[in-house]
Amino acid sequence: MNGSKTLSTAALAMALGLAAMLDAGAVSPPTYPGDSIYLLKVALTDQHGTPVALDRYAGHPTVVSMFYGSCPHICPMLVASTARLQRELPEAQRDRMKVLFVSFDPGDTPALLGEVLEKQGIDSKGWTLARTSADEVRLVAATLGIRYKQLPDGSFSHATILTLLDPQGRPLARTERFTDPEPEFRAALAAATAR
Amino acid sequence: MRQPAFAIGAALLLSLAGTAGAAAPATRAVDIPGGRFTSVLPVAPGVYETVVPAYTLDATAVTNAQFLAFVSTRPEWRRGTAPALFADERYLERWAGPLALGERVAPDAPVTGVSWFAARAYCGAQGARLPRWIEWEFAAAADESRTDARADPAWRQRMLDWYGERGGRPLGAVGRDAASYYGTHDLAAGVWEWVEDSNALLVSSDNREQGDPDLMKFCGAGALTMQDREAYAVLMRIAMLSSLEARYTTRDLGFRCAGRKVTR
Repeated sequence: MNGSKTLSTAALAMALGLAAMLDAGAVSPPTYPGDSIYLLKVALTDQHGTPVALDRYAGHPTVVSMFYGSCPHICPMLVASTARLQRELPEAQRDRMKVLFVSFDPGDTPALLGEVLEKQGIDSKGWTLARTSADEVRLVAATLGIRYKQLPDGSFSHATILTLLDPQGRPLARTERFTDPEPEFRAALAAATAR
Repeated sequence: MRQPAFAIGAALLLSLAGTAGAAAPATRAVDIPGGRFTSVLPVAPGVYETVVPAYTLDATAVTNAQFLAFVSTRPEWRRGTAPALFADERYLERWAGPLALGERVAPDAPVTGVSWFAARAYCGAQGARLPRWIEWEFAAAADESRTDARADPAWRQRMLDWYGERGGRPLGAVGRDAASYYGTHDLAAGVWEWVEDSNALLVSSDNREQGDPDLMKFCGAGALTMQDREAYAVLMRIAMLSSLEARYTTRDLGFRCAGRKVTR
């Protein structure tokens, strides 16, 4: 039994290796579940100018959304409300919650993204505000179910939705009431960070 | 030892399938010069007129045979392999198998049951892209002899007749309709077609509405201020596309690409 098991394991490994070879240039390696947002491969740059991937906080519960740097009202509110959600968690759980916001605006610079956090007095540890190309913005938005369009004056008209991801990148909860999320969303966040 | 042999055999079969699929006839793209255009959707509050830059558009929708050639070389887009994030459970469901069309799916008919992600990946692999809505609308405004036939009730009727006809009947070969002024086929009466900005169509063009907490998720009611009551034939397209998430697929929804080089 043992021998044949080893053999079939080796066979499986070879088959997988072959599959991986055939898969060259594939969208993503099969490391996440099929409904994980982390399957989307996009090249992000964070507020420090560091290249990062969508799954940079894999392994942690993460709150994701989209915004843009020059957005006058809603986006600062989004950042402030999310920081408040974090503060309202029991102290031991706060650091377990990560935040990843992707900008609609490919023109947002790391410096501008950093300022957004600074203005709100947010310690950027565990927070990522990221920019990417226009092409990838549309992919991220489609993946998160966030509708938006750029207006002729360069601003963006957009839905604002917070999504809580589990450590594998699967959506646990969503809210459109980001200034005052439903009890279900708060409960999901509390539970996810308690583990 | 059988399993690796089997896997290699399967790999050979797959590569053969890839070769066979690659024989699908290439799509011809046509030049669309663009120009001043009045859309049914506002580009800014109260503004419907815009200038569409020149672009190229596939003369016909992507066919089953063409999409089969694509998935033959891109395993991650095969039915059963494409993750749920990028394609729902009905993805390519009419095909007999992940690499087989079967009897009831015509190779030269438009491929349907594809998600926005899959359609976008297909066009990207061709060095092309999905058309933007305004590009689809601009091209679809033409009839056989005019660049903008929308004022003609016959133009509208053709689109409306197609809505009425749909319903279970098998899809025919692409390019059956007479060529438009630009050389495109089947825009008014073929399949529903994905566009790059499908998820932007009913977003309000007035970003001041974002200040109202009750409007933080747009229902689009404000965006649909019809400038022309007769525009509803086209607005039905918009409503349909707007109702879809990017991973959704339907039996009547296909796509064509834009931005491909025109071969002369």
